[in-house]
Amino acid sequence: MALLEINNLHVGVEDEDIKILNGVDLTLDTGDMHAIMGPNGSGKSTLASVLAGREEYEVLEGDIHYDGEDLLELEPEERAEEGVFLAFQYPVELPGVSMTNFLKESVNSVREARGQEELSSAEFLQQMRERADMLGLDADLTKRSVNEGFSGGEKKRNEIFQLAMLEPRLAILDETDSGLDIDALQSVANGVNKLRDGDRGFLVITHYERILQYIVPDRVHVMMDGQIARSGDKELAQQLEEHGYEWIRDEVAAAAA
Amino acid sequence: MSTSETEYLKGKASEDYKHGFYTDIEAETAPDGLTEDVVRYISHRKDEPEWLLNWRLKAFRHVRDRIDGGESIDWAHLDYEAPKFDEISYFSAPKEKANYDSLDEVPDEILETFERLGIPLEEQKALTGVAVDAVMDSVSVATTFKEKLEEKGVIFKSFGEAAREHPEIVREHMGTVIPYTDNLYAALNSAVFSDGSFVYVPEGVTCPMELSTYFRINEAGTGQFERTLIVAEPGAYVSYLEGCTAPMRKENQLHAAVVELIAHEDAEIKYSTIQNWYPGDPDTGEGGVYNLVTKRGLCKGDNSKISWTQLETGSAVTQKYPSVILAGDNSVGEFYSVAFTKGHQQADTGTKMQHIGKNTKSTIISKGISADVADNSYRGQVKVSKNAENARNFSQCDSMLLGPDCGAHTYPYIESSAPSAQVEHEATTSKVGEDQMFYCHQRGLGEEEALKLIVNGFCQEVLQELPMEFAVEAKELLDIELEGSVG
Repeated sequence: MALLEINNLHVGVEDEDIKILNGVDLTLDTGDMHAIMGPNGSGKSTLASVLAGREEYEVLEGDIHYDGEDLLELEPEERAEEGVFLAFQYPVELPGVSMTNFLKESVNSVREARGQEELSSAEFLQQMRERADMLGLDADLTKRSVNEGFSGGEKKRNEIFQLAMLEPRLAILDETDSGLDIDALQSVANGVNKLRDGDRGFLVITHYERILQYIVPDRVHVMMDGQIARSGDKELAQQLEEHGYEWIRDEVAAAAA
Repeated sequence: MSTSETEYLKGKASEDYKHGFYTDIEAETAPDGLTEDVVRYISHRKDEPEWLLNWRLKAFRHVRDRIDGGESIDWAHLDYEAPKFDEISYFSAPKEKANYDSLDEVPDEILETFERLGIPLEEQKALTGVAVDAVMDSVSVATTFKEKLEEKGVIFKSFGEAAREHPEIVREHMGTVIPYTDNLYAALNSAVFSDGSFVYVPEGVTCPMELSTYFRINEAGTGQFERTLIVAEPGAYVSYLEGCTAPMRKENQLHAAVVELIAHEDAEIKYSTIQNWYPGDPDTGEGGVYNLVTKRGLCKGDNSKISWTQLETGSAVTQKYPSVILAGDNSVGEFYSVAFTKGHQQADTGTKMQHIGKNTKSTIISKGISADVADNSYRGQVKVSKNAENARNFSQCDSMLLGPDCGAHTYPYIESSAPSAQVEHEATTSKVGEDQMFYCHQRGLGEEEALKLIVNGFCQEVLQELPMEFAVEAKELLDIELEGSVG
């Protein structure tokens, strides 16, 4: 059984006559690292939002199975508890809420749902230190308010840190690489690589091939006009970097003609 | 947090308003209405010296004139029926002996009441550092930690006791910060005040513990008019905590307190409040407490400091502006406030910082949160006199709306006559963002958990100003208030 199975997914914006996804099919197994690339407005981030359960989108057709379960039946927090994690493209600031406090609530909430025991304060703090260390994250970050006053790079690294703390089975990275300089990009990629294992699947959404040099994907999907227009191995990403997206559009059009 | 506190808070969470019980103690009550006889009765019952009776009578004549003249307070953003001053009973006392030498003498009903409020005196005694002067209705029933305070020369007594035992200090200071002519409710309080607390910290003394008073309104139809006076002599420091709950009532209950603080040279007074009185029926707004309070501090000496911190979650109507008169050079005034209104609650609260001395500094941080159909207003004045060279003020007023039908309003007034003054005002109004909620959901947090986290974060700047034990309780109280506010 696949970890994630998306069948013929059609999605629109709630209360508006806009369609964004037009029949997406995608299967991801545990241990897999898939990349989704594609031009602006092709529906990549919408797919991430639908997987996480954002309300403003409406599923018009198709289904999503996660670990055999109907994902669309679950509330966003239930999905998180079941192990779906979204690294946000634009992490949200929570003024006055300390990272430590926020993560402790989060971690214990998902642990409870997964039938694990709540961590004591000491255990939690130790785990936080260890994972921050592993990712080369400044421990001071955990004392600050969630994302408040964080630089762009800090925000993205903080998302990966939360990923490490929440131990999801499906991790979706929504343009985690955008806006990062080369050092920050490498550090984020290193973090992701350390978190890869056979029990966890990754869906990496990106504009650029660059991050895929560090996080080597098993599959690369190209999304265009709300559909997966083409899938291939890591070489596909290289081709896109060299030739852009238009040739795929041409080929698709030619095949349809 | 101790077990009893935890149980108390859990209990509180389990019902709409758990403190709606009524202590069955026979009370002696003054006849309804505001007359000279009633004022004399109160003074007599309290065995007061003649100067105090005369002071009351002056205030009585003044307030009677104002009431007869039809005065009402209509400038606040509040909508409620003015109290009917002649239908209120102005005094009630537990019938049994009023003052107790030890806890053993306190009637069981009273002890049980405190037990249910989560402040068992037995345990309070054992707790470190908190002395409790418990006010039930209008008379003090117990005071603890007296000896330790006496060692340092700190006087912490009920107002009535202090007026009898330390008349010279009380007489010198009472009414000097808030004269009985100040406003209608202060005038009323001055005529009929029931009891309250008196604190005197001698020169150079740091009060060895946080002083704490729990007020509690009891007896149907009885207004309660506390009067608190705190005097810090040069170089003294005191932190005072005030926390309140009231039993459920059908008719509106008037609560018009007066709190005066006086800080002499190099002295500091920190005054913290948690106000959690019955807010009225959540659907109709019927029956809640009217909390109309005058609180003002005077930074009399140079380098003195007065700091107000409040968490206001209760009452049907709250109107209070804890203020500081910065008379001494280099004196500092602070106001940190969280006002949470839900159901039909209304709050019009803020502060007044009056800069008179040179290099005076004031800080105002106000957080207003509204839910349901509640209304929440910040009203603040910063006034800089001509000679207040280099006065500085920073004000920040943030409002958060938890639904589409509630209101938030900000009324800042700035009046500066000193060219060198710097006055800054920042204000924001936000709805709890869908983005913030979704972010929390994505991390496994449900609706209520997410809201609690966000609101507590919003209030953090203020809550951190509360003394530790109070801050924990305040956070829990906010959490409890938020339950059921998710819309």
